[in-house]
Amino acid sequence: MLINVNMTINGKAVSGQVEARTLLVEFIRDHQKLTGTHVGCDTTQCGCCTVHVDGKAVKSCTMLAVQAVGKEILTIEGLAKADGTLHPVQEAFREHHGLQCGFCTPGMVMVGVDICRRHPNADEHTVRLELEGNICRCTGYQGIVEAIVDASAKMAGEQA
Amino acid sequence: MGQYGIGQPVRRKEDVRLLTGKGSYTDDVNFDGQVWAAFVRSPQAHAKILSIDTAAAKAAPGVVGVFTGTDLKADGVGTLITDVEFKDLAGNEMFRPKRDFMTIDRVRFVGEMVAVVLAETQAQAKAAAELVMVDYDALPAVGSTAFAASPDSPAIWEQHGSNVGVHWENRPEAEIEAHMAKAKTRVVVDIVNNRVVPNPMEPRCAVANWADGELTIYAPTQGGRRIQQGLAKTVMNLPADKVRVISADVGGGFGIRGKLYPELGVVSWATRKIGRPVKWRGDRSETFVSDYHGRDQINHAELGLDANGRVVALKVWTIVNCGAYFAENGPRLPINGGGRIIPGVYDIENFYFSVKPVLSNTVPTDTYRGAGRPEANFLMERLMDAAADATGLARDEIRRRNVIRQDQMPYRTQMGMLIDSGDFIGNMDMAMKAADWAGFEARRAESAKRGKLRGIGLSNFVEPSGGRPTEEMRIQVTPEGKAVVYAGTHSHGQGHETVWAQLIQTFLGIPFENVSLIQGDTKIMPKEAAGTFGSRSSWMGGVGLQRSAKRIVEKGTKIAANLMQAEPEKVSFDAGVFSAGTSSVTMAEVAKASYELKNLPDGVEPGLDESYFLKRDPEEFNYPNGTHVIEVEVDPDLGKIEMLNYIAVDDCGKVLNPFIVHGQVYGGVAQGIGQAMTEMTVYDDEGQLVTGSFMDYGMPRAHHLSMIDALFNEVACKTNDLGVKGAGEAGACGAPGAFVSAVCDALKDYGIRHIDMPLTPDRVWNTIQKAKAATAA
Repeated sequence: MLINVNMTINGKAVSGQVEARTLLVEFIRDHQKLTGTHVGCDTTQCGCCTVHVDGKAVKSCTMLAVQAVGKEILTIEGLAKADGTLHPVQEAFREHHGLQCGFCTPGMVMVGVDICRRHPNADEHTVRLELEGNICRCTGYQGIVEAIVDASAKMAGEQA
Repeated sequence: MGQYGIGQPVRRKEDVRLLTGKGSYTDDVNFDGQVWAAFVRSPQAHAKILSIDTAAAKAAPGVVGVFTGTDLKADGVGTLITDVEFKDLAGNEMFRPKRDFMTIDRVRFVGEMVAVVLAETQAQAKAAAELVMVDYDALPAVGSTAFAASPDSPAIWEQHGSNVGVHWENRPEAEIEAHMAKAKTRVVVDIVNNRVVPNPMEPRCAVANWADGELTIYAPTQGGRRIQQGLAKTVMNLPADKVRVISADVGGGFGIRGKLYPELGVVSWATRKIGRPVKWRGDRSETFVSDYHGRDQINHAELGLDANGRVVALKVWTIVNCGAYFAENGPRLPINGGGRIIPGVYDIENFYFSVKPVLSNTVPTDTYRGAGRPEANFLMERLMDAAADATGLARDEIRRRNVIRQDQMPYRTQMGMLIDSGDFIGNMDMAMKAADWAGFEARRAESAKRGKLRGIGLSNFVEPSGGRPTEEMRIQVTPEGKAVVYAGTHSHGQGHETVWAQLIQTFLGIPFENVSLIQGDTKIMPKEAAGTFGSRSSWMGGVGLQRSAKRIVEKGTKIAANLMQAEPEKVSFDAGVFSAGTSSVTMAEVAKASYELKNLPDGVEPGLDESYFLKRDPEEFNYPNGTHVIEVEVDPDLGKIEMLNYIAVDDCGKVLNPFIVHGQVYGGVAQGIGQAMTEMTVYDDEGQLVTGSFMDYGMPRAHHLSMIDALFNEVACKTNDLGVKGAGEAGACGAPGAFVSAVCDALKDYGIRHIDMPLTPDRVWNTIQKAKAATAA
């Protein structure tokens, strides 16, 4: 039996028909063809699929599409401004070599934005602990941690 | 050369694409009308297959077909066999079992493919795969490395009668024992080099499409040319040009993604069989049992020293667990990968080396970041620490007395490798200074006040880089004066889009932003493309580009001379401008002219498009080296280790982009620390993989690591024109030895001198308890 779902993704109202078991990430990737969000595991450990649901970082493999009905979803494709200006966290990842192969990157960036919002001027220790749910195999996390610490300071500065 | 020249920390061209979700990974590729593949994998480690009943699966909703190894064989699909051949000293050849793409009558590891189900959706394919009934007759299994090497283990290949593929030795042991007998001090170590699961973040995936008599397959690879050739010959029975392998963005390689895996063969065969595109999206659990694993050695070694702490002889016995089949490179790793460099940075003349590659009921092992070199360097560094204990010399002093000095270079190792350059003493000095080694005891005392045990450790390493000895690179300068690089190398995180553009700007003066990269498509990559593995790209790709660029300049000179009406010999080229006397023309003008017949001198073909097929002596490598120092704190009540400080001194030769090379060091270190601290691949005695997901397998997380201070002690390589050395494997070589040394230093008051990796809290705590109990007794 197919179920109608509708939600907002990256500011755009979308709808579709899914099975009850369809995961949010499957709806995003397979139905909406937004392939920037990745799947790196099957046990909700790696965080490659992290998106924002109503402004909070959520692993989209851990939520059913039907649970996202009526919610605001933000994926990596919707983070930069329409004119292409990168979000400060994206910019910081570029500046600090926070990515190599790029596969974990969308999830890292989305969780990074969430960390920056919750922890203005976050220190290294906080960022390392906050990244518990996201795995990177390439960078040794060094550039990722530096990028989030830097972006967190810059975003706090902009708020002030 | 300004901000984009060689040696500049240029930010990456590829990043904006990857940061905005515009990457193109294999799972992002779909074909209209595709069916989904799901594999039936063995839950048994070792069993005879009595029957496979596919009737229920075939009748399930959406199922298009169910096939077994018998179907592939009937269509003439061949088998996989290792590239490696070794002989023992008596001349007996290594046993080389053949692997079917899907096994037919016997399973030899958990996860081995038995059947494939094709269905309209992935969910239907997976559901139907559950309905395939396989009747197994279980056999005794071999789950551990030590058991595999034991004469008591059941042979998993009866026709060979033993699980030892060959007993390879570099020479008779007695020759070296004669030297060993003269040693004043003899030290022995026994080390388990733990099996790790490489785990690139992109799970394995493939999309195959048979159309118009040609196969196109998308898959994450590290190049694709060899996979194309293997599929064409072994699976499809076609000329190679009828098979196209495409790997656009690839989510990590680490050595294991350059292989012709059986899944690639099955989906390739299947698309032709059913006449529809076939997609397989492996999940992480499948990746755990189908990607090759890494490491998995047991080493026993003995070092003999004279009264001055100089090594007089070394003997090493290695058992390497190659899994159920010898994979492409599996048995080669301890011998050619690591063993050839086993004395490491040390000047050791007398060396006996015994290697037994063994078969077991586990996933096959093959090249993983370092591919034998981390194991070899770790062994040497544990021996040096043991030698320090036995002689009473400090850990750095025993090393200083034995390292190969710069005035001995080029240095021919007893295994025949020629180390061209390196400053091993300088590496140690730089690392120890940066780590404030001299001030450590004060920090140890401060930690002790807080109830923590602080330790410091160092390790030296050297490793041969370069991989296969050929590569082809092509540069096309467009009529607009832009450059397109067609690379035989393949970037899957290494930043080639950026570094190749830096080189093109340096060599041809074409602006960085006007250089683009085409790679990873066998249809358009250079014919002799090899790929990226073995830390080879800076050398084989970089020098290949340099030589191609030289050809561009040579041809451009002729065209420029014609344009300027000058003698070609009078034309010079610098920073993108051809000059003769007071006349000059730019590369862009020459490029435009090269496509206009009226501007071409006689005998010059149109276009500005040159390739170079680079060949080097197969026995010639470059030798990245370094010293890493780690400081840790151990909580003795919890066994928990905190990494406090990491100094990495690396000699990667001439650094093309320090920003990117630092990234290689950080990533390699994290994989080395992962192996040393968290990553444990557990098979039980029945051959069941206990650590088959990220829930059970300890991938290193951000909080396991500290910041890494990466320094360069740059000594240009003398055997290539760019002076480059590899960078990819260095961290994985340096980290484990330094980490274990640091922890053992922290625990020295308990008398603990070695703990096998990974140093999990459980293992550390239990080791402490045993040591305490022994002291009390």
